[in-house]
Amino acid sequence: MDEPVLEVTDLTVSFGDVRAVRGVSYAVRPGEVLGIVGESGSGKSVTSAAVMGLLPPGARVTGSVRLRGKELIGAPERALNSFRGKSLSMVFQDPLSALTPVYRVGDQIAEAVRVHQRVGKETALVKAIELLELVGIPRPAERALAFPHEFSGGMRQRVVIAMAIANDPDVIICDEPTTALDVTIQAQILEVLKRAQAKTGAAIIMITHDLGVVAGFADRVLVMYAGRPVEVGGVDDIYYRSRMPYTAGLLGSVPRVDRRGRQPLTPIEGNPPSPAALPPGCPFAPRCPMHVSACDEEEPPLFEVGPEHRAACIRWQEVHPRGPGRHAAPSDGPRLRARGERSVLEVHQLVKDYPLLKGAVFKRRIGTVHAVARVSFDLRQGETLGLVGESGSGKTTALTQILELAAPQEGRIVVLGHDTARLSRAERTEIRRDMQVVFQDPLASLDPRMTVHDILAEPLRTHGRPDSGRRVRELLALVGLDPAHAARYPQDFSGGQRQRIAIARALALEPRLLVLDEPVSALDVSIQAGVINLLDSLKARLGLSYLFVAHDLAVVRYIADRVAVMYLGRIAEIGHVDAVYDHPAHPYTQALLSAIPLPDPERERSRERILLEGDLPSPANPPTGCRFRTRCPKFRTELTGEERELCVGVEPEVRPVGEDQGAACHYADRRGVG
Amino acid sequence: MTLSEEELAEELADGTLTRPPSRARMVAGRFFRSTQGLIGFAVLALMFLLAFVGPLFSPWTYTDKDFTAFMQPPSARHWFGTLQTGSDVFAVTLRGMQKSLVVGLLAALVSTALAAVVGAFAGYFLGWTDRVLSWVTDLLLVLPAFLILAILSPLFGSGQWPLFVVMLALFLWMVTSKIVRGMAISVKEREFVQAARYMGVPPVRIIFRHVIPNLSSLLIVDATLNVSSAILTETSLSYFGFGIQPPDVSFGTLIADGSLTAVYAPWTFWFVAGLLVVTVLAVNLVGDALRDAFDPSSGKA
Ligand SMILES: Nc1ncnc2c1ncn2[C@@H]1O[C@H](COP(=O)(O)OP(=O)(O)O)[C@@H](O)[C@H]1O
Ligand code: SF4
Ligand code: SF4
Ligand SMILES: [Mg+2]
Repeated sequence: MDEPVLEVTDLTVSFGDVRAVRGVSYAVRPGEVLGIVGESGSGKSVTSAAVMGLLPPGARVTGSVRLRGKELIGAPERALNSFRGKSLSMVFQDPLSALTPVYRVGDQIAEAVRVHQRVGKETALVKAIELLELVGIPRPAERALAFPHEFSGGMRQRVVIAMAIANDPDVIICDEPTTALDVTIQAQILEVLKRAQAKTGAAIIMITHDLGVVAGFADRVLVMYAGRPVEVGGVDDIYYRSRMPYTAGLLGSVPRVDRRGRQPLTPIEGNPPSPAALPPGCPFAPRCPMHVSACDEEEPPLFEVGPEHRAACIRWQEVHPRGPGRHAAPSDGPRLRARGERSVLEVHQLVKDYPLLKGAVFKRRIGTVHAVARVSFDLRQGETLGLVGESGSGKTTALTQILELAAPQEGRIVVLGHDTARLSRAERTEIRRDMQVVFQDPLASLDPRMTVHDILAEPLRTHGRPDSGRRVRELLALVGLDPAHAARYPQDFSGGQRQRIAIARALALEPRLLVLDEPVSALDVSIQAGVINLLDSLKARLGLSYLFVAHDLAVVRYIADRVAVMYLGRIAEIGHVDAVYDHPAHPYTQALLSAIPLPDPERERSRERILLEGDLPSPANPPTGCRFRTRCPKFRTELTGEERELCVGVEPEVRPVGEDQGAACHYADRRGVG
Repeated sequence: MTLSEEELAEELADGTLTRPPSRARMVAGRFFRSTQGLIGFAVLALMFLLAFVGPLFSPWTYTDKDFTAFMQPPSARHWFGTLQTGSDVFAVTLRGMQKSLVVGLLAALVSTALAAVVGAFAGYFLGWTDRVLSWVTDLLLVLPAFLILAILSPLFGSGQWPLFVVMLALFLWMVTSKIVRGMAISVKEREFVQAARYMGVPPVRIIFRHVIPNLSSLLIVDATLNVSSAILTETSLSYFGFGIQPPDVSFGTLIADGSLTAVYAPWTFWFVAGLLVVTVLAVNLVGDALRDAFDPSSGKA
């Protein structure tokens, strides 16, 4: 076996009294991929910053980091600079901050080459263009002259990867490289990283909170909790034979896009401990379902629980993970329920354009953004409709149009039986009572100057209900919060708790329709599961209907009855969740589903991905005919020239392809995707 | 979370407190827990007490003249000495303080309130509301305030000081209002305002419940500064003989007179000036503490 290229031993980092990293050890060999997973605040990023020597001055670091046998901790800055960017390079979550806005992309990469290699300007630029080609930038010679802001997020991340591999590094550290990207772009970037690794033979350290990304990408996995590794092992050991209740809990709390059925997710109770106030003994003890009194005595060391597999739990022998298991065969046909009779929301041929303005002082209109272009769907009593799509597909715009309760630019919106174009003031107020909204970022949607009591009482006062303390306490209890906390401010709560407050506010008036815009995407997985379960049980108990907007298809499959997939302001496919997820008919849905990484290493290894090329086109200038045709794999590879003419010339409308399933594709054809 | 909030919360849980603490009570609680706030408030309260209760203990009123003592230094008979006219400095100072405190605080409050309302309405509604309000703001901004106040000064004769307060305030609010308008535009975009709109809260109520409270730091700082500027504007107006008209006095008229004799009769100037400085400082302390009390995230780690 090869010698490790990077060996980290007993690394600790403290900021003042706060110990952010408490003894991390790992080693990576050439060509190996080590995944580091953990919730936000678990110390993943600080660990990698310490390895790179990029910590702020106040941090104290102890332990050892050896790169090809050379010690980096305590090495002089000059020596570090000769490693950084050469043998050790890094890809960050936010590619924009890694690029200098005022320099051309090609020059920046050439610069990175010239810092570490004695080559001429011309040669460096040629090399830069080669690198851009390698990471899949179309027309690299031309694009090398562009500035970073002229690239989309995904393209920028490619540029950063090109820079990271410019000097054939030994180790590439990727810190959440795809978190800010849409799922089809994420699939492209992961592919690029694999290609880059094959080219350079580098080891990759992949830091992420997404258990799916790690399953398909990593050879070994290190799970971090409260600044320490709590489980280390081969990817299969971690996913199928995990011996640490925290890992098992994480795996149990992710909804699966390839699973039907509604066994409730198992959230991990409570919140991660703050590094300044760790519990004595096992740091996971306050949230652990297997906790016994012996756990509080001392922090468990990493026990050897199998070959190359260690876990920090004194009861590891008793941990029996459910594991992500096998894919439930889609044999039993979609369980189609008859849809409810009463419709709570109807949207017909909704259109919304925004003017595209240019100029800072004197705004000129230089075009039109077709944010929503003739979208139709309906929502019945007691139903959940999931609205999914990549960012910029028009989900939020469609929502706002509904929430405004004004006459739409074109089309018709009927909310709870009332056409929004013909609403009297009294009717509008009445609808505002029956339709409530929950936003993505609970901190932004709760007035920071108001106590929780005032926040929850506001809808009651507005609609002339007595704002009794009793109702507020009831609401808090309903969403699983301590009613005694009504006097606190939203800032005093954690993210998941804040979202519960926002949900409580939405429920204050006993609405019939709840509009949720990405309600769980700002939350950690273990917390997210609790909020999803809450929404699910509230719906059943209170007979609500949900319009649920999300970009996470797994969450939507879990919570929704029906789903509408949006692409560039249009609905690509709509129908019953099981029908659409098991047998998607639109090529876009097929690609989208196949791009989602599953937290299941075996399935990941055997999957064939449908990779989409390029980015979402600008909604100001959508392609003629079918809006998806510029990226459609079917259009590119399966259709004959004659068939393509239809795609180019005629915009497809949603047509039924199954019992409760419709797709906007001339050549729709239901198929299962891996 | 501080202890007493926790206690409040516990009371709440017991059900002994049917109405949980309102925002006003929370803010007051936070305010009085800060040393700054306590000191500022205590000093300011003392000043008011002195200004309104003090004269009861003095044998002289501000209109009395002691023809046996002109320009006398402080003594047992005249605690702060006397003026050239034989007026008792203690009595006139307290009378001046009454006027200045009331005029300064009221003018500051009125002007800040005006700035908040006009700016927030303009920024929240935009459109023609904004155009009209901005036009008024700009108009007042270009009018020569001092000149107009001077011309109108005969109106502020005896008993007409409320008019003076209004006029002072009318020339203090414009710049703040423009800042408030800009900030209101950005607060309007925040999700909690959208949430309130979608909940059906009427726009005017949104402005008063969500927009203005979220600008409270700015407004309180502004009001604090305005107290000083109102007192100082009043001072300079009175210095030139406009503003508060005799026989009434204010800090302004007293400082104007006192400054002439300060060199050889320091008591005619320094008591007034000292009280002015202490007042302004106390107002600033109160302002700082109020700003922190309104902002639940400030002062927390
Ligand atoms: N206020 C606005 N002005 C101009 N363009 C907008 C505005 N809001 C949204 N858009 C554009 O409309 C398109 C759809 O956006 P949005 O509805 O936010 O998508 P999603 O919610 O699916 O991410 C995007 O191209 C976006 O840039
Ligand atoms: S040591 Fe105890 S508390 Fe910690 S994970 Fe194991 S069982 Fe749970
Ligand atoms: S209509 Fe044509 S281009 Fe559009 S999705 Fe179908 S096959 Fe692809
Ligand atoms: Mg959105």
